[in-house]
Amino acid sequence: MSGAQHAVEMTPNAVLVLAIGVLVATGVYLMLERSLTRVLIGFILLGNGVNLLLLVAGGAAGGAPIVGETPVGKMSDPLVQALILTAIVITLGLTAFILAMAYRSWQLHGHDEVQDDVEDRRIARLAARNEPSFEDADAEESGETLDDTAATVRDETDEEAAE
Amino acid sequence: MSALVGALQAASSSWTAAGWSTGTLVPLPVMVPLSAAGLTLTLWRRPRLQRVVSVTALAVVVAVSVALLFVTDDGPVVVHVGGWAAPVGIDLVADRLSALMLTVSSVVLLLVLLYSLAQGNDDSDDPTEHAPVSIYHPTYLVLAAGVGNAFLAGDLFNLYVGFEILLAASYVLLTLGGTGARIRAGSIYVVVGLLSSVVFLIAIALAYAATGTVNMAQLAERLPEIDPTVRLAIQLLLLLAFGIKAAMFPVSAWLPDSYPTAPAPVTAVFAGLLTKVGVYAILRTQTLLFPPDERVDDALMWVALLTMVVGILGAVAQDDIKRLLSFTLVSHIGYMLFGIALATSSGAAAAIFYVVHHITVQTTLFLVVGLVERRGGSTSLDRLGGLAKLAPGLAILFFVPAMNLGGIPPLSGFLGKVGLLEEGARQGTALAYVLVVGSVVTSLLTLYAVVKAWNKAFWQEAPSSVPTDTTLPRGMVAPTAALVVLGLGLTAIAGPLYGYAERAAGALRDGSYVQAVLPPGGADTPSQRAATTGEDDG
Repeated sequence: MSGAQHAVEMTPNAVLVLAIGVLVATGVYLMLERSLTRVLIGFILLGNGVNLLLLVAGGAAGGAPIVGETPVGKMSDPLVQALILTAIVITLGLTAFILAMAYRSWQLHGHDEVQDDVEDRRIARLAARNEPSFEDADAEESGETLDDTAATVRDETDEEAAE
Repeated sequence: MSALVGALQAASSSWTAAGWSTGTLVPLPVMVPLSAAGLTLTLWRRPRLQRVVSVTALAVVVAVSVALLFVTDDGPVVVHVGGWAAPVGIDLVADRLSALMLTVSSVVLLLVLLYSLAQGNDDSDDPTEHAPVSIYHPTYLVLAAGVGNAFLAGDLFNLYVGFEILLAASYVLLTLGGTGARIRAGSIYVVVGLLSSVVFLIAIALAYAATGTVNMAQLAERLPEIDPTVRLAIQLLLLLAFGIKAAMFPVSAWLPDSYPTAPAPVTAVFAGLLTKVGVYAILRTQTLLFPPDERVDDALMWVALLTMVVGILGAVAQDDIKRLLSFTLVSHIGYMLFGIALATSSGAAAAIFYVVHHITVQTTLFLVVGLVERRGGSTSLDRLGGLAKLAPGLAILFFVPAMNLGGIPPLSGFLGKVGLLEEGARQGTALAYVLVVGSVVTSLLTLYAVVKAWNKAFWQEAPSSVPTDTTLPRGMVAPTAALVVLGLGLTAIAGPLYGYAERAAGALRDGSYVQAVLPPGGADTPSQRAATTGEDDG
């Protein structure tokens, strides 16, 4: 059914394409930020851009897809609307989850920055002291394991602020 | 539209005529855990009843999956959910590959659940560990439903929904308790998961724009006819989306950073199942939807090589067992990708066998590490020691799957690798030989990494910090031992299992999947039946 409709009209609306481009570009830009709230806004923009892409994939707009009301050839594709609705619901649920996580991060650390990988920080520290990375010098010296490091790890932006 | 009405009538008449059929089984691996999840959520005040419900639900899923394993050997079983026939409605399709994956994953899910019941939430001094007891069961069951849905989906969008179900559940499980370390690891994990889902959704939109369908069987018919450049774009987007989930090399850095912070049973089930769902999706889409394409296969070969080598070099450098095992997990995904990239039926068969082996053995190892952590008080190799003397039983539980992972004959890891190497050598191209060498090197380095863990944790002199009087709860040891035995059992039944994997792989490209979903002439075969129960019961 949808395949037959498809053949009818497949030139996408230029405004929609432009909107998709802008939404995806701003979304990706914001997702590169370190703050979880900005990442979240980026994800929402990106998700909406992709929803529009799905809409465009359904072909040109037509009448309501109800038998008897619109001739079959002139109906809108109802499938993409169902897909978008599902995607919106999923995005909503995950948005709530990320908000909760950002809030928890703020409770614990006073900020919602996504922190560095424990491993990265350890290697950076070893490099700064010009030590080889094949021995866990930290653990031998201070008895501090990766788990302990993970529990206390702070973001580099803090250090910048302190300086 | 009249075709729709006709299809609906045909479906409903077959519902009454056929009565019970094998099709009844197909939605159960999704429905049962999802209904049980709702039930356990309402039972949050009664933890004992919650446990009974969860264990029963997963035991039912195991039974159903085993039944499907035998049923699907005669051909794929298709269920049109809601009674709408193939291209219009949503299908659940169980073929040999799905049934095999379902069986292994449900057994692992059940055993890990039993382990986590015995572990309880009182093993830690951290008070936040006590909090999530009431949401653990529902979330775990939702994860099981998501895994089942992903394996059974006959429709790209339903596959996306399956992924979202299991990912959303995994976000909650990974951040259980909301401690600082878990929130840190969780932020990265969630953002990466979201990105991969967005990429998947873009691929679905493009596929729909190009072909006008998201039904996999119909896509398999239409994709070969479209512009090859557009097809390549869709193929690579899908590969990227599933590659992130499967942790293939350039997009694998999130895994070793996030998995080790979760509680032991959660890490075990993630390591065993989540990446393999990604591997399953790659195998399914690459073989079913797209005609063989040498460029993609060659690219996948290189990716497989890099995943293997970079992953295992990461493992060698680690001094924490959990992180070490997370890196071996990434590395061994490379073997499965190698099998898929060979693009032959035997290659896929070896990959399928390897997936079954790896789900079992990687989960076992993470469960054992949970026991090691409890017994030795740490997972850092510098703080552990003398466990072979203090807990000889635990030493055996670690040693057997560790050797299995390293590929020592006659264990199943060795058999899977031999299958891959044979097929690589048979193909005989320079690239295939590079991969063969890479596989052997990775295998040896895996052995080196696990032997290093063994030497430090079990053989070196016990540091004074290791407690000498802790005993391990029997309820935790028993499921772990059962998994170790299951891993050994894979060697015992390797012949029939490999035969099954070969039949599953042979059916991937022979058109039987498409024929079962879209029977020529639209005739209703006995195995097809409308399941009006649908998924809304959950």
